[in-house]
Amino acid sequence: MPMASPRRVLPVLALVALASLALALATGSVPGVLPALFDPAGDAASLAAVLWQLRLPRAISAFAAGGLLALAGSLLQALLRNPLADAYVLGVSGGAAVGAMLALLAGTGLLGMQLGSALGAFATLAALFLLARRAFFGRLHGAARVAEEASTGVLLTGVMLAAFSAAVLSLLLALAPDAQMRSIMFWLLGDLAGATDLRAALLALAFLVVLLAAAATQARPLNLLLRGDLQAFVQGVDVRRVRRRLVLVSALATATAVTLAGAVGFVGFVAPHLMRRLVGNDQRLLLPASVLAGAALVLVADTIARTAVAPLQLPVGVLTALIGVPVFISLVRRL
Amino acid sequence: MNVAVSLETAIAARDERRAEAVIECHGLRLRAGERLLVDGLDLQVHPGSRWVVLGPNGAGKSTLLATLAGARLADGGELRLHGRPIEAWDAQTLAARRALLPDGWLDPFAATVLDTVLTARYRLGEADAQGGQVARGWLARFDCAGLVAHDVRSLSRGERQRVAIATTLTQEAPLLLLDEPIAHQDPRHQALVIDELGGLSDRTLIASLHDLNAAARLATHALLLTGRGGWVAGPAADVLTAERLSALFDTPIDALTIAPGQRWLAVRPRR
Repeated sequence: MPMASPRRVLPVLALVALASLALALATGSVPGVLPALFDPAGDAASLAAVLWQLRLPRAISAFAAGGLLALAGSLLQALLRNPLADAYVLGVSGGAAVGAMLALLAGTGLLGMQLGSALGAFATLAALFLLARRAFFGRLHGAARVAEEASTGVLLTGVMLAAFSAAVLSLLLALAPDAQMRSIMFWLLGDLAGATDLRAALLALAFLVVLLAAAATQARPLNLLLRGDLQAFVQGVDVRRVRRRLVLVSALATATAVTLAGAVGFVGFVAPHLMRRLVGNDQRLLLPASVLAGAALVLVADTIARTAVAPLQLPVGVLTALIGVPVFISLVRRL
Repeated sequence: MNVAVSLETAIAARDERRAEAVIECHGLRLRAGERLLVDGLDLQVHPGSRWVVLGPNGAGKSTLLATLAGARLADGGELRLHGRPIEAWDAQTLAARRALLPDGWLDPFAATVLDTVLTARYRLGEADAQGGQVARGWLARFDCAGLVAHDVRSLSRGERQRVAIATTLTQEAPLLLLDEPIAHQDPRHQALVIDELGGLSDRTLIASLHDLNAAARLATHALLLTGRGGWVAGPAADVLTAERLSALFDTPIDALTIAPGQRWLAVRPRR
């Protein structure tokens, strides 16, 4: 197993994430803007504007969205003890898309769309865990077998919810006026072009830090929970309380990320998988490692998305999938 | 006035009795789906006693142990641990009082034997200086000293079972609930596990077993479950008789004297 020095992975990942951030800030149609970071009011005022009003908000948004999606993905994979789980597969991103679309068609602006997506994400996760409530939060711990059935139940319900939101989306798309099609398509694929508000980006980043810290306090019990409900309970884990907290954290993380960047796929799925190979299953390391990897992945993907065919911009979700899918398949083939 | 005083004394005496008993059941009822497994079970388990639970397949032994561990609610009746209703305990305090060896220990991913055993120290928090030493000690007593650094998933079923027993003991709870502790053990390790468990004088033990002679060797008390609601509980000498066991398993069982004072319970061949 490639778990030689897991503790050294975190600093290395932090460096990689920072390098991706620097790359994102330095790359674009206007060269040499990076020095303006340390001289916001200097003579290179137009360079500063490019950096502070365009690239920095977008880069921070990409970082936060990637980190949040990876956090939600690794939590859902651990909670369901299933490597297939992530916000996208469980229909949460789809639910968010439906919410955003409904807001858009109702004639609200960007803010309404973001609110709609957050509501959609929450509604889907709430529906998911309500439908599978008895199996997932029941007092009856019983045999470990029951817990396995519970996660399969939640996963199947999620896949069905995703199919349902996809159908609703197709319906809405069929009804939508042509003029709005392009922006809708971009949003559905995940897009950071609208992320120009530095304060919103920093707020999302703060949210990421808070949610990661909240998840980290539950990392030890989550480690035990991975081995089975019955064993974890016997050894002193309040199974239902840990579950409730972590489901809430992953819902908040998904809703924030989707609000920021639309339905970006594969990050929440690939980042935890990659990191599990590197650091193993200890959630105390895996959670921060996944967050850093997810952040770096979306940053790099978005940098490519806005520069590859400049001046045209691609939706970042297309790039994360284009990078994520081959990486993931090569991983699975080696399993 | 006299009546009130005697009532008070009676209540005090009852509370004292309850405090003494590690586990106390009143009219406990257990179901599995539509089946009534155990009905009206009254049981008092005192510190230092070693109870053995016997019964045919599906009689409710595992269900009873999971219920006594607080991992499952009873379907009726009362269950107290140290005088307090089991559902009033929180998970962490409960982990300090009782440990459970479930019937199939799960090792879903690669981890060393030592890390697996150390999961039992969860309740003691991050700064647990003794953990490693305690874990190694129990592993050694169950003949797993050489396996400490191995991946649990590379072990045989029997070895994994002994690692699971060591894990249960590393939790350092005074009450041990063991579901078929000698499952998958060869004759030498069967004897080793039974002897080690029998030597735990500072623990209270409730173990389900299928081997009648291992049961007789380990038990100070025995509980027989018929699986149709019926039960018999009491001192091992009164309960583990050839007659009762023959009736319990619906198969002829003889008690043979193989040496002065040494009894052997043998299942009579069908033909």
